[in-house]
Amino acid sequence: MENAQVREAVMNIIADIALDEDVTQIKDDLALRDQLDLDSMDFLDIVMELKKRHKIEVPQEDYPKLATMESCVNYLGPKFH
Amino acid sequence: MPSQFSRIVITGVGLAAPNGNNLSEFRQALLQNKSGIKHKEIRHMGKVAAGECDFDETKHQSRKARRRGTRAGATSIYCANESLLDSNIELSMVDKSKIGIYLGITEHGNVETENEVHLLYQNDLNTSFWSHHHNPRTVSNNPAGEVSLNLKVTGPAYTIGAACAAGNMGLIHACQMLRLHEVDIALAGGVSESTETFGIFAAFGAQGALGEHSNPELATRPLDIDRSGIVVSEGGAIFTLERLEDALKRGAKIYGEIIGYHVNSDASDFVLPNSERQKQCISAALKRAHLEADDIDIVNLHATGTVQGDIQECQAVRETFNLNPGSNTHINFTKGLIGHAMGAAGALELAGNLPSFEDNFVHPTGYLNQIDEKCALKNLVGKTKVQKKVNTILNNSFGMLGINSSLIVQKYRG
Repeated sequence: MENAQVREAVMNIIADIALDEDVTQIKDDLALRDQLDLDSMDFLDIVMELKKRHKIEVPQEDYPKLATMESCVNYLGPKFH
Repeated sequence: MPSQFSRIVITGVGLAAPNGNNLSEFRQALLQNKSGIKHKEIRHMGKVAAGECDFDETKHQSRKARRRGTRAGATSIYCANESLLDSNIELSMVDKSKIGIYLGITEHGNVETENEVHLLYQNDLNTSFWSHHHNPRTVSNNPAGEVSLNLKVTGPAYTIGAACAAGNMGLIHACQMLRLHEVDIALAGGVSESTETFGIFAAFGAQGALGEHSNPELATRPLDIDRSGIVVSEGGAIFTLERLEDALKRGAKIYGEIIGYHVNSDASDFVLPNSERQKQCISAALKRAHLEADDIDIVNLHATGTVQGDIQECQAVRETFNLNPGSNTHINFTKGLIGHAMGAAGALELAGNLPSFEDNFVHPTGYLNQIDEKCALKNLVGKTKVQKKVNTILNNSFGMLGINSSLIVQKYRG
């Protein structure tokens, strides 16, 4: 899957979690938590939705790799089929 | 009340009922005998009569907060905010650590659990899909906790489990906490999300106590000879309560004063009511209020529409209120129009009658056609409202495992 498609898939998940925010303004190199009102439960939501929608498992030790949109794309890209 | 206790008054009302999203709408619907019961598709059961609410869940909370929380939490947040707005209390001007949130619930957590189990079976029993939201959504303090998070109130916030007596219990507990000066303001009442779960419908069905009819508005007809059972409803009613001196100091509108209450237990059966204990509960509430039975202008029955429950309660009320041939007391009930709102029932039903202090009507009761002789009561209000000067209301709410509650509210007279 192309990076742009991975980014869109992650964006769609975040949009369904950060319901009150404009996710189109996300800057890829900044921490998601610094741009959006996201807490640890929201990140667990992101992990759960990756599993439900895309059958991607993210082990707990890899959670820091979801810190920015850029790191999400880099980490998740190879896992998307 | 003994003079050493503070007098407790109601200074705000927020509610969500199947036939109204605020006190004015709800009262008008009740006076017009307008039902809020419709058919709803229930998982595994098909079309069932139910009382669903239609309030704006995100009027007082973000969409994200709503997604994280529960239906009962959303109902509580809506009602608590509406109640505070109605009371004209400005939160920034009061000590938030001295606000208590006391919400009666019949049960909580079934909705989330049923949904999770449903998904579990769709995921081949793989528990790794089980939601991390399960615990905060199902803990029994959830509805009150969501209100404290929403309002940033740091005083005590918890629920009171008391089956279908719970709505009254929220108010009674709030009175006690205000009198103990544990809090200065209480947001108190009851809440229910029961229409989101199939289990409660299925269980009443298994008991032979689920109200059914091709016309959903006729599915529950308390005291009618053709009654077939309970219609499950959802909703909430949260009152702002204060000590009288505090309410007077800020010039608050006073809806009424809580002058008596009592709670007792049947200790006799899991589900069957006990008329004698109900009578004792009512009598003890009257005694605490220093009133005689004939001083009560309206008794609002619990009257769920079950065969045995209605008979037992009517016997208790008849023996307490109808001994005097010229009895002053009028009897009504609310479930014929909104169904049984479970943990919210007692609080919603009190709210439904509270405006009678101002409009001097006793609201009608739905679709009572032919009364069951075993439920016969003097001055029972039928399909038409009754004009009457109202100063005192006694509100009954009873629940499974034999918990009884009676609450007496009086028009504030200085």
